[in-house]
Amino acid sequence: MAAAKFDTPNMREYPSIPALQPDATAHLKSFLAAPEHNSFLGFPDELVENWQEKAIEKMGDLLGKYRGFRVFMDACVKCGSCTDKCHYFQGTSDPKNMPVARQDLLRSVYRRHFTLAGKFFPWLVGARDLTREVLDEWYSYFHQCSQCRRCSVFCPYGIDTAEVSMAAREIMDSIGYGQKYCNEILGKVQKVGNNLGLPGPALEATLEEFAEEISDETGCDVKIPLDVEGADVLLITPSADFFAEPHIDGLMGYAKVFHAAGVSWTLSTYASEAANFSMFIGSYSNMKKVAERIRKAAIDLKVKRIIVGECGHAWRVAYSFWNTLTGVGSGADDPYAIQLQKQLDHSYPIPQHICEFTWDQIQQGKLTFDKSQNDHRTVTFHDSCNVARATRMGTEAGGQFDIPRNVIKAVCNNYVDMDPDTIREVTYCCGGGGGLLTDDLMELRVKGALPRMEALKKVINEDKVNAMAAICAICKAQFTKVMPYYGIPMDTIVSLHQLVKDAIILPGQGEEEAEPAAEATE
Amino acid sequence: MGTMTAGGKTVEVDEEGYLVNINDWNRDIAVELAKSENVEMTDSHWEVIDFLREYYNEYQIAPAVRVLTKAIGKKLGPEKGNSKYLYELFPYGPAKQACKIGGLPKPTGCI
Repeated sequence: MAAAKFDTPNMREYPSIPALQPDATAHLKSFLAAPEHNSFLGFPDELVENWQEKAIEKMGDLLGKYRGFRVFMDACVKCGSCTDKCHYFQGTSDPKNMPVARQDLLRSVYRRHFTLAGKFFPWLVGARDLTREVLDEWYSYFHQCSQCRRCSVFCPYGIDTAEVSMAAREIMDSIGYGQKYCNEILGKVQKVGNNLGLPGPALEATLEEFAEEISDETGCDVKIPLDVEGADVLLITPSADFFAEPHIDGLMGYAKVFHAAGVSWTLSTYASEAANFSMFIGSYSNMKKVAERIRKAAIDLKVKRIIVGECGHAWRVAYSFWNTLTGVGSGADDPYAIQLQKQLDHSYPIPQHICEFTWDQIQQGKLTFDKSQNDHRTVTFHDSCNVARATRMGTEAGGQFDIPRNVIKAVCNNYVDMDPDTIREVTYCCGGGGGLLTDDLMELRVKGALPRMEALKKVINEDKVNAMAAICAICKAQFTKVMPYYGIPMDTIVSLHQLVKDAIILPGQGEEEAEPAAEATE
Repeated sequence: MGTMTAGGKTVEVDEEGYLVNINDWNRDIAVELAKSENVEMTDSHWEVIDFLREYYNEYQIAPAVRVLTKAIGKKLGPEKGNSKYLYELFPYGPAKQACKIGGLPKPTGCI
């Protein structure tokens, strides 16, 4: 990719607040969505003529609908607690990437139009009109936020910049000023069933190859079932698991766990995607449509359980929104939701994360491992932002941190955590989340990865770590791409279930060599 | 949208330099697309590109990296059937860079 030149940030000995470089990344502008991408999602083709008026109208609409948004606009006291908490600020030194400054891009316009002081004395309260310049600033800097919510952990008022950035993108979409990466993909998932645009026959052929690889390696007949009616479990996983490295090895890990556990499962062609980028652009209507594909697949395939694969934001959508959107979990009351509620087995979590499933099987003693198969690795774990700060696993507080680590420790002998200021609830974003995992934002992605790369480099140097596991397709793709910029080999990033895959011993595995005579006589 | 010219033919490309119409592709265009990626086409590159285009014709999508490495391994020997070999040929990543040179649409998603 002939991308514009930029410098990879130097790793700092001690994380410190960078010297400000105003407008350092003001030039970044992710590609705009094409008219056909916008219109398919119900947005205007391109920037509408009366966009100022429409944008303010939309802002008013959101302020009425989402109380949190209004509170976030009003509550900031400029205490400065969030300023140095954003990975993009740390990596770019651009003061507009301070969370408070990012919020103020929207807040200033809010004050001008929705507060008394701003209407009459705009110069006194930092209120400003929505000019073309302001709109372009919105577009640039609200696509420099990965909605990871690290800043909100440090805000004494709990102001959630992710919500502000989602609202900003929703406003921009409503005036025909959407982003290509998110909107094109949201079209594909609704037309083909997944973000990749992988058609059914290609999916089937791909899965057959993967199953063959597992069977060749283990001597066991392991399947990766597709569209099997009556299976117990429907697995909803990011389509990157069918396509990219190291995602594929994670998928093979799930397949081996299901096989060893003796649980019947299936993937769905129609709902071959866990990701739901609608959350990134704040589009409730699209989020519902994408989620309803999963409900339809679950009903058609008559499954009893729904399990979600390694995908960060999908787990947030599944954990926090599927219940009221679709009836996967309780809360929705339309006929299909009620039908699905009756169909699903309530003795299991609805939905369930693949890590919860695997951990449960391990605790029940149903899986056998040869941990020495991972002895060439010293492993650390990258908490993905959406899993860490927007969801939970298991029944204990902090389960979303402990369960993935428990699984890793059950299959690996060598595990170390990174610096406590960079993991668990204060984990750093990979730098590519929230709809920014696109080649046209490579500069931002590399710079935003800085804090995670520093923490990783430290355990590489001090503890000989050579593998960082993740449970998010975006994190995996992002690290594969940006780690070489920091001199770290791309295959350092692994799927959590890749570690499981390498250590698990399937029932009957290794026995066939011992009984060649018995086979020959049959 | 822009255009590119190779072998006397001018074709439309998108903002990232991918062909808008896959039927516009020919070997001259591929060489030109490779130049824009700082890739010099050798027989090894063509082997991958030809496989990609064959696969695309059958499935309307580029193959998964693993499918590609296995196919290349079967055809050209196990020492070439790994992603390291493919990254040597296409340093920006076999999926996106090879698709671009092969005139195929860019794979999208979390990849």
